[in-house]
Amino acid sequence: MSRPVYLVDGARTPFLKARGKPGPFTPVDLAVQCGRPLLMRQPFERTAFDLVILGCVNVIQDEMNPARVAALRLGMGDKQVAFTVQINCGSGMQSIDTAFRYIRDGSHEMILAGGAEALSQAPLVYRQEAVEWFGGMARARSPLDKAQKMAEVRPDFFSPVIGLERGLTDPITALNMGQTAEVLAHRFNIDRQTADAYAVSSHKRLAAAQDEGRLDGEVLPAFDRDGNAHAKDDGVRPDSSIEKLAKLEPAFERPYGKVTPGNSSQITDGASWVIVASEKAVELHGLTPIARIVDSEWAALDPSIMGLGPVLASTPLAQRHQLEVGDIDLWEINEAFAAQVLSCLAAWQDEDFCRDVLGYDQAFGRIDRDRLNVDGGAISLGHPVGTSGNRIVLHLANALKARGARRGIATECIGGGLGGAMLLEAA
Amino acid sequence: MTDVLDELTPDEPTDAPRAPASLNWRQEAEDGIVRLWLDCENSEVNVISETVLTELDTLLDHVKETQPKALVIRSAKPAGFAAGADIDSFAELRGEGAVAKLEQGHAVLDKLEALPFPTIAVIHGAALGGGFELALACEYRIGIEGAKFGFPEIQLGLHPGLGGTWRLSQLVDPVEAMQMMLTGRTAHDRKAKKLGIIDALVPERHVEAAIHAAAKGEMKHHAQGFRASALRTRAARSLAATRMRSESQKQAPRTHFPAPFALIDLWEDHGGSKAEMEKAEIASFAELLDSVTAQNLIRVFFLRRKLKAAGKGRSGIAHVHVIGAGTMGAEIAAWSAIQGHSVTIEDVNPEPLGRAVKRASDICERKHLSGIDTRDALDRMMPDPSGLGRARADLVIEAVPEKMELKEKIYASLRGKMKPGAILASNTSSLRLADLVDAAPERTRFAGLHFFNPVSSMQLVEVVSHDRAERETLDRLAAFVTGIDRLPARVTDYPGFLVNRILAPYLMEAMVLLDEGRSKEEIDRAALAFGMPMGPVTLADQVGLDICLEVANSMRSSLDRPVAETPAWLREKVEAGETGRKAGKGLYDYKGGAEPPKSPEPDPSTEIIDRLILPMCDAAVECLRNDVIHDEEQLDGAVIFGTGWAPFRGGPMRYARTRGLGECRDRLRALAERHGDRFRPDPGWDSLA
Repeated sequence: MSRPVYLVDGARTPFLKARGKPGPFTPVDLAVQCGRPLLMRQPFERTAFDLVILGCVNVIQDEMNPARVAALRLGMGDKQVAFTVQINCGSGMQSIDTAFRYIRDGSHEMILAGGAEALSQAPLVYRQEAVEWFGGMARARSPLDKAQKMAEVRPDFFSPVIGLERGLTDPITALNMGQTAEVLAHRFNIDRQTADAYAVSSHKRLAAAQDEGRLDGEVLPAFDRDGNAHAKDDGVRPDSSIEKLAKLEPAFERPYGKVTPGNSSQITDGASWVIVASEKAVELHGLTPIARIVDSEWAALDPSIMGLGPVLASTPLAQRHQLEVGDIDLWEINEAFAAQVLSCLAAWQDEDFCRDVLGYDQAFGRIDRDRLNVDGGAISLGHPVGTSGNRIVLHLANALKARGARRGIATECIGGGLGGAMLLEAA
Repeated sequence: MTDVLDELTPDEPTDAPRAPASLNWRQEAEDGIVRLWLDCENSEVNVISETVLTELDTLLDHVKETQPKALVIRSAKPAGFAAGADIDSFAELRGEGAVAKLEQGHAVLDKLEALPFPTIAVIHGAALGGGFELALACEYRIGIEGAKFGFPEIQLGLHPGLGGTWRLSQLVDPVEAMQMMLTGRTAHDRKAKKLGIIDALVPERHVEAAIHAAAKGEMKHHAQGFRASALRTRAARSLAATRMRSESQKQAPRTHFPAPFALIDLWEDHGGSKAEMEKAEIASFAELLDSVTAQNLIRVFFLRRKLKAAGKGRSGIAHVHVIGAGTMGAEIAAWSAIQGHSVTIEDVNPEPLGRAVKRASDICERKHLSGIDTRDALDRMMPDPSGLGRARADLVIEAVPEKMELKEKIYASLRGKMKPGAILASNTSSLRLADLVDAAPERTRFAGLHFFNPVSSMQLVEVVSHDRAERETLDRLAAFVTGIDRLPARVTDYPGFLVNRILAPYLMEAMVLLDEGRSKEEIDRAALAFGMPMGPVTLADQVGLDICLEVANSMRSSLDRPVAETPAWLREKVEAGETGRKAGKGLYDYKGGAEPPKSPEPDPSTEIIDRLILPMCDAAVECLRNDVIHDEEQLDGAVIFGTGWAPFRGGPMRYARTRGLGECRDRLRALAERHGDRFRPDPGWDSLA
């Protein structure tokens, strides 16, 4: 049995740039902020879902299984089954994909699938030696034992490591994510200026989308306890220019690297939800789908070139559905790094690569920049890792509808050497 | 199908049978431990009435004969342990009669205390007043999480009267004990444990184990600190008492509130001997009971109950949508969310919505909500810039600026958008409902819901009717008000409704007095001496001089009687932006350090007091004559809970009656002769009995 599956609605918070201190929201706070109005604008009760799935990478201690915590805080009822998924940068898409497969196969009718991440809240991590010392101190009973333990303190116990830095380093190759982008830039000959130019266009496109209302209804304001109203993605720099970006130092490999903070995705907090429904649920509740989820694919490769994940995951979708490059009207390729997105585009235009790796007779072809990340991407609006995969699917659906386009692919690279892709069609 | 949790949760705390010949107690015995469950008949809550105590007296005799291992006393009411003494019956007591009843009560609790086996009180919810005193007479107290303890008697102009003054000051640090009794503040579970009020704090599931531990003598009593023992000498008590007296005098003068001073005297003079202190407690309690202050404050207690009774039944309101996120809208939304409603709050701009969230968070903090309760309240309150809540809400409250066209525009936009059966209420304070109703989507389901600022501390809400409002609409609104722990006053569509109509002359006359050259401090301190919570000049600054000006204008144009002239300088001040506290400067200068006085004038001018107070009584008579509110009691209750009007004087009508209706009228006539027609007494005085 294979039933049609629809994406009927979705909303996200503004993506809020991490500014050197914990932001106002936890992952579940963010999921609640955009979940409340999303559920409020539906014609059905919030208890009508069969399942809640949430992608989240950096789960905080107070919110184990954030999907369930969010479901309860959203008033979805004690009986709401909810689970959290984690496949690093693909988590927000994994939640949609799981929902898609459950509904396609007939076990579920309507699922709330999201992603939530608060990178600004990444904890400080103590060194292993310090952790052992704390444990020993807690077990020390007599004053003498305690005094002995105190004498073992070393100053570096108290210089914690930022957990986020560790999280963004591949455990197999010990390469930082930015370094994997440097590897691709080298292999595909992407120069600094091309990468910077790509980054500038990301900012300009997001700024235009914000100004022209193309994110209305998709981005809903978030309100924090200090009284701030966060209305839009705040990492955007409409005045970005190649000259300004040229001044930045390489972030990961000084002095010769090409990847800078200016042409990389930003570290941000944000959450996103989509409602995935069967035909039966659409009819029952009288819903108007935005798009149909046609197919999905996951792929894996060497972690040091994880940035090519989109190529390996998207190509099988095109091949299964006999789609040529011109058949795909819109692309959302998550902008982890400008050099990485550009490397993907280069790979698809490389005849040898397409023949040897993808099994084509010739190059897949050139993806027109006018069809790619039309309203900006992670370089301008940020990359809350567990959320981004959800955002690109939601925005692809909205962009297809807004432009009257027929077909699109949303895809992302995933730290650790993976790629995820999802094929949507206008409903 | 039954919900799992419901299936596992027992409906009743106990199924023990009624004790022999008892209406208020259930009794059972198991493992040699006798359990007495207090279960007052025909009531949701337990009160310590005379019957409860006489029945207990008999039961204790029987229990003693059976020589059990221990006796447990607890409540069979889900609501809590016991709310206090039976105020209905003791309000009638006077003099010798009161002394006799109190002595009987003391004897029962002394008997309980003297039993030769462990006595254990198990407390859930509130143990207040007489309920707390019952628990204090036991050897052990086991608190269930959420239990709270307190002596609210002081709010009735009394102090504890069933041995509480002695037992609490013996059990815990006597200064802490006195603080609890002087302020009426309750001690919540962990605080109570820390103070030593309870010996154990456990969840319900460990109560049986705790009872057995206490019965076997394995439960430790709270150890008193050095400070507590040091305070057990007469000299130390005198020193502490002097400090308490000066603190109490600052709160309220002895002439108006004698109870705190009686309590301090009692402790200072007799805190060293049980027999003496118990005897003196009875005498002092009986004397206070006779005082006008206590009688008026007890009446205020009944007025509260009466207002509450006007909001019985089900409101059918789960979701509240508030339009307008100004101060009032934000307060209404936050308070409704804290009280458990789903709330959406709409505004055209995101900034005020942000401020509304902060305000809600601040209220949660001020009300000491736990982290989890705060989070849940904030989760329930959704800022709603696109107005999604309009179609979901059972009640839409409009709280936008007082502009007729703006309100009409909003009402028009609600037409066809609201849920069937939903009510639209306006929080207007200066517009007439008769002028608004035609714009409402459903005239029968439209009414006024007038909150007072700040909603989180002002208890009154006026439910305002108009000619075409359906009875059911008003009933549902009143029930909603009770449901959010506020008091509804059902009033009609009258200029200023009830409370502002009565308060307006207080503010307006103060302006005239200022104009005549009286100092603002003199005016305010005279009003404080009368017992008003705030002088009229301070209040005008608090309300906002711009609002005062609007109120004055609307009174002048809509009332069928002369009102005080507005001095020109007031208008100039408002035009200059000096609108009161919110602007940092009004009649007082809040930045320049010229803050309003807080202490009452020891020898106030009766002229000033009469000119401020009697016009309020006159306005009250006018409101009664025009049926703005049902009766004098509701009127007094509404004015006290809406403005803080000197509660120990019982409200404007009670005050007028105490002073003499004829005398008030004559005095108003005399004032009219000297100061003008605005003092001319209302014709309603003549028909008052």
